[in-house]
Amino acid sequence: MTPYRSQADLGGQPGHGAVVPEPEGELWHAPWEPRAMALTVAMGATGAWNIDMSRAARETLPDYARLSYYQIWIAGLERLLMQRALVQADELAQARALHPALPLPRRVTADILPAVLARGAPTARTTAAPPRYAVGDAVRTTTAPPPHHTRLPGYLRGRRGVVCALHGGHVFADMHAQGLGEHPAQLYTVAFEGRELWGDEPGAQGLVVHFDAWEPYLEPYLEPS
Amino acid sequence: MDLRVRALETVLAAKGYVDPAALDALIDTYQTRIGPRNGARVVARAWADPAYREWLRQDASAAIAALGYTGRQGEHMVVVENTPDCHNLVVCTLCSCYPWPVLGLPPTWYKSAPYRSRAVRDPRGVLADFGVTLPAGTQFRVWDSTAEVRYLVLPQRPAGTEGWSEEALAELVTRDSMIGTGLPRSPGARA
Repeated sequence: MTPYRSQADLGGQPGHGAVVPEPEGELWHAPWEPRAMALTVAMGATGAWNIDMSRAARETLPDYARLSYYQIWIAGLERLLMQRALVQADELAQARALHPALPLPRRVTADILPAVLARGAPTARTTAAPPRYAVGDAVRTTTAPPPHHTRLPGYLRGRRGVVCALHGGHVFADMHAQGLGEHPAQLYTVAFEGRELWGDEPGAQGLVVHFDAWEPYLEPYLEPS
Repeated sequence: MDLRVRALETVLAAKGYVDPAALDALIDTYQTRIGPRNGARVVARAWADPAYREWLRQDASAAIAALGYTGRQGEHMVVVENTPDCHNLVVCTLCSCYPWPVLGLPPTWYKSAPYRSRAVRDPRGVLADFGVTLPAGTQFRVWDSTAEVRYLVLPQRPAGTEGWSEEALAELVTRDSMIGTGLPRSPGARA
């Protein structure tokens, strides 16, 4: 089995050049882009997979770095559909249905769409265990990347931070992405000094970076003796 | 891509997985109804009403829902407040997480490698790409949206807007000022 490798973990990566701003209201750059957005959102709302599975499908696309974002969405959508045999390659090649449809948990019709969008998919859950950390606690993020989807970015691995907010229990993305269930875990916001991440780089002066961490991403920070 | 997406839509509709009318409604929703003007109304209310601002600080999801903005990709909201000394910037380094109910669909640059890589390492440099310079000594707080919490920046109210209505204030609020890559318009610069 090939090791899990995300192509999407870009935080801190050098060499990507300048950001190109865009006027407000410029939503699409090709006629297919709105259809790509709608297909992705509509299929996501059927419940055939969850959002963490879709993130995993996208971030492991081998050509991720060469694709535009809506191209990533379409490639990810095709992959999710084919993994589940909801759609097969010959159907995409011939642009017609050749195999029977499989059942889906839900079908999102136009009449229920506003309610589906307004409800969204809240991830807050009650957890049996109380939070292990409190605001102000020093923590260290775990070091080893897991062999599956995770939301702990590489640039924040093995770093010292301070808990600055508690959000209660939330669906744990790492398990949810693997189809292993929700496994709710306590979610925290953790703050890192720029110097801890980037040393004396000028850009890191006066910088604090925050991220949202499930409890399994954190260990108590022990002062070096 | 055009043919590829059309083939996919044809197959999904033929198999009954998607309703073409729902696809049209989705596009219309994010083109005309759900966009950064929603967030601008949240910001303008916070500028005009100290009690609402306090509610945003305490429970942003409920305060934003009270204006009618709820749902997909805005289920768990946190508002971060700019001050004279501190500037907030929101990013998703791992994908494209963005508060849809208040800002709509993310702009291309928000999802791009240059923004996602540099926002957490050189926010001043990123702001320079947007033509924005903040006073030396400004602290930067960057929020990497790694879970299902979504962040909205509450920019500082521009000087010279005392007594303005919420509607007039909302006109000054830009999308970028609610992500942190821009500042609100100045009263004199109003279009």
